[in-house]
Amino acid sequence: MDAQAPSAIRIRDVSQTYHGGRSTLLALDRLSLDVLRGEFVCLLGASGCGKTTLLNLIVGLYRLSSGNIDTGGRRLGLMFQDSALFPWLTVEGNVEMGMRFRGFSKSERRSRTQELLKLVHLEAFSDRRPHELSGGMRQRVALARALAQEAEVLLMDEPFGSLDATTRDVLHDELERIWHRTGLTVVFVTHDVREAVRLGGRVVLLSSRPGRVVAEFRIDIERPRRIEDRAASEIAATITDRLREEVRRHGR
Amino acid sequence: MDVEQSDVRHRHEEEIAGLDALDVRRVERPGRGVALWGALWPKLVAVLVVLGTWQIVAWSGWRPDYVLPGPSTVLAELGRVVQTARFWRAVATTMQRALLGFGIAVSIGTLMGTCVSQVPVLRRTFGSLLGGLQNMPSIVWFPFAIVLLQLSEAAILFVVVLGAAPSVANGLVGGIDQIPPLLVRAGRVLGARGLAAFRHVILPAALPAYVAGLKQGWAFSWRSLMAGELLVVIAGRTSVGTEMHYAQDLSDMPGLCAYMIVVLLIGIAVDGLGFRSLERHVLARRGLLEHR
Repeated sequence: MDAQAPSAIRIRDVSQTYHGGRSTLLALDRLSLDVLRGEFVCLLGASGCGKTTLLNLIVGLYRLSSGNIDTGGRRLGLMFQDSALFPWLTVEGNVEMGMRFRGFSKSERRSRTQELLKLVHLEAFSDRRPHELSGGMRQRVALARALAQEAEVLLMDEPFGSLDATTRDVLHDELERIWHRTGLTVVFVTHDVREAVRLGGRVVLLSSRPGRVVAEFRIDIERPRRIEDRAASEIAATITDRLREEVRRHGR
Repeated sequence: MDVEQSDVRHRHEEEIAGLDALDVRRVERPGRGVALWGALWPKLVAVLVVLGTWQIVAWSGWRPDYVLPGPSTVLAELGRVVQTARFWRAVATTMQRALLGFGIAVSIGTLMGTCVSQVPVLRRTFGSLLGGLQNMPSIVWFPFAIVLLQLSEAAILFVVVLGAAPSVANGLVGGIDQIPPLLVRAGRVLGARGLAAFRHVILPAALPAYVAGLKQGWAFSWRSLMAGELLVVIAGRTSVGTEMHYAQDLSDMPGLCAYMIVVLLIGIAVDGLGFRSLERHVLARRGLLEHR
């Protein structure tokens, strides 16, 4: 991405503390990060690095302890590790839910929903309910639902973490295609180094307990990439070494 | 290059379609007749077992015929009674009271459940009281209701409502408490706030437990109503309970048993056709019924 492109998200000195009884946990420590418009950034870290906390802070689900997050008033979409679809609604009902809250008319909702379901190749399943779909299909519905927010920034919290390897591979292609087509800014949280290298234009490595940025890796490999490509494997090995070093630090 | 890209896209679309076809379960549903027979035969067996046991006890001579009539005597009496206008007047009065009382209980219970679940201070103050009220046998309210409202329709309704409303409220509160937090967060991310969040996320998510509360509320209101009709006899107004009361006074056991069967049948009809099918519908929509 163009280094001169304006930031979609500016995170400055964000610290987040949780208080539970007599103990206090510092989840994020003076974390600063810029995500450029149209960029695909992968946030990578071991358990306890505060990846999920950071996404929840960006989207405004948690109250910030200190620091500043500026999204410039952009519309944000969030995808969870679990699809979090509403089980009583059909696929179509789930996708159009957010539009309902924003006051779209029924016909607008319907046509936009059909468009998005086509985008994620689920137009034939619009009247199914979540329990009738596979995990991968549910995540595609969740993606369509997030896109229906007319989000400029898509925040994804390990969205493919619970899927089998083949489905995950295919969904990587799918997400890359949609990102390419829509020009979205994507912040993708994962603990899988190869997934981060497969998808990200930049991989940001976070430390654990507390979470802070310890390293950044620019991934200049041509797309579409394959997880098995030599260049991808090499950079994945470098990042893995750095991640392991970070994990070892906690064992000392 | 374009051809190559189009090939890649085509391959990708085929992979997606292939995965979807492999993943989506196809459930073979039995035909309507088969499903109906499957649901019906266990019930028929149960009825036959009950009638058979009853007949054996009656034949044993444990009690004389006029004290414990056999099923054939009672069913013949039931056949005679249902042809009288008095029977239908009694059933109409009882059903009218049941529906009115349950309707009021649902309105009050839903309002109470909503308030208690959404307002922390109300939960702290009235939450445990609701549980206590639910466990209170409704018959203990009758002396109070009769002194307060005399032998009147209002006294019966009062107890029916008090019997059912706490169950409805508790069902709703329990349902709201069990909503996965992730669903609420997903709703918030999509812009659900305040009343819209309650209407489109909280209420539908709590629906299975709410329906269970309604079902229990109905059972309590039906029991309260029968107790009320046996205790509160209003001159000139017949009802199922009143008819049973008269049958007891006259030691008319076939008549008494016939009305008991009517009470049982109404209970089964409302539970089976009303609440059970509503519950099945709600659970099936959410994919919670397949293993039952």
